[in-house]
Amino acid sequence: MSSSEHSAAGHVHRDDIASRMGMWLFLFTELLLFGGMFFLYSVYRFMNPEAFHVAAKELNTLIGCFNTAILLTSSLTMALSITAIQKDNKRLSVIFQVLTIVLALAFMVNKYFEWTTKFHHGIYPGSDILLNKDSGEILFFGLYYVMTGLHGLHVVIGAVLIGVMTRLTIKGVITKDSFVKLESAGLYWHLVDIIWIFLFPLFYLIT
Amino acid sequence: MHKDETHQHMHGYGIYILVWLGLLTLTAVTVAVAGINFGALTITTALVIASIKSYLVLTIFMHLSIEQRVFRIFLLVALFFFIISIVLLFADYSFIENY
Repeated sequence: MSSSEHSAAGHVHRDDIASRMGMWLFLFTELLLFGGMFFLYSVYRFMNPEAFHVAAKELNTLIGCFNTAILLTSSLTMALSITAIQKDNKRLSVIFQVLTIVLALAFMVNKYFEWTTKFHHGIYPGSDILLNKDSGEILFFGLYYVMTGLHGLHVVIGAVLIGVMTRLTIKGVITKDSFVKLESAGLYWHLVDIIWIFLFPLFYLIT
Repeated sequence: MHKDETHQHMHGYGIYILVWLGLLTLTAVTVAVAGINFGALTITTALVIASIKSYLVLTIFMHLSIEQRVFRIFLLVALFFFIISIVLLFADYSFIENY
């Protein structure tokens, strides 16, 4: 989309409400995607309460807390970037967007350390150590890797998406009068945050 | 250019920071409650607090409180079907004798 709203053929149609609606509809499909896995988690936990409790001890609550704080803060910086561009402060908006990306990367670094620690302990899908555990524990770790893995993928996708928005803001495509792209990227990012808000207590706080 | 296509108004920096502080506090509460063994109440409390946090993110960060009303209706319909699914799921699984 060019920065000019007019072309040789006449007025270029623009509908910000429809753009936001489109993103919300996509977010509902994400609700189904992760929701289905939360259903799976809830049934298997209902059927294996003790095994889930034992398996959850492998997880590091401190890193989980830290990652929760990181994502919550990244949602803040994302929201602030939109207010900044609405106040015509392009530089501040770019700074907040870059901060959001940095926080996203910090989250992924933590996730990397978490996963590699478990691999080091021999706990990964299909490993002998895991397969010798109680079936409920095997289910827990299967769910853990798939759900946090898919969520991590969404964090990376979100970071790339925000990176695109940062470039568009710098180039002057996203402006005080035209920022729906940034809002839509923000909506996606906040959903990633909400998913983690539920993942955190369900995997890290079963004591 | 249709100026009325954008929000009627917007949030200032302050309210976002306030909500952020609230979210961090609620996270701390969740962790604290998890440390105390209330049994089944712990998970319920954790999910209730997670729902409150999501509500804050949805209404303030995601602008639902200042959006057109139809967006809130969209969300309520989606959540309605999600909750029905969970209720039916557990209505089924609660009555299985041997797993």
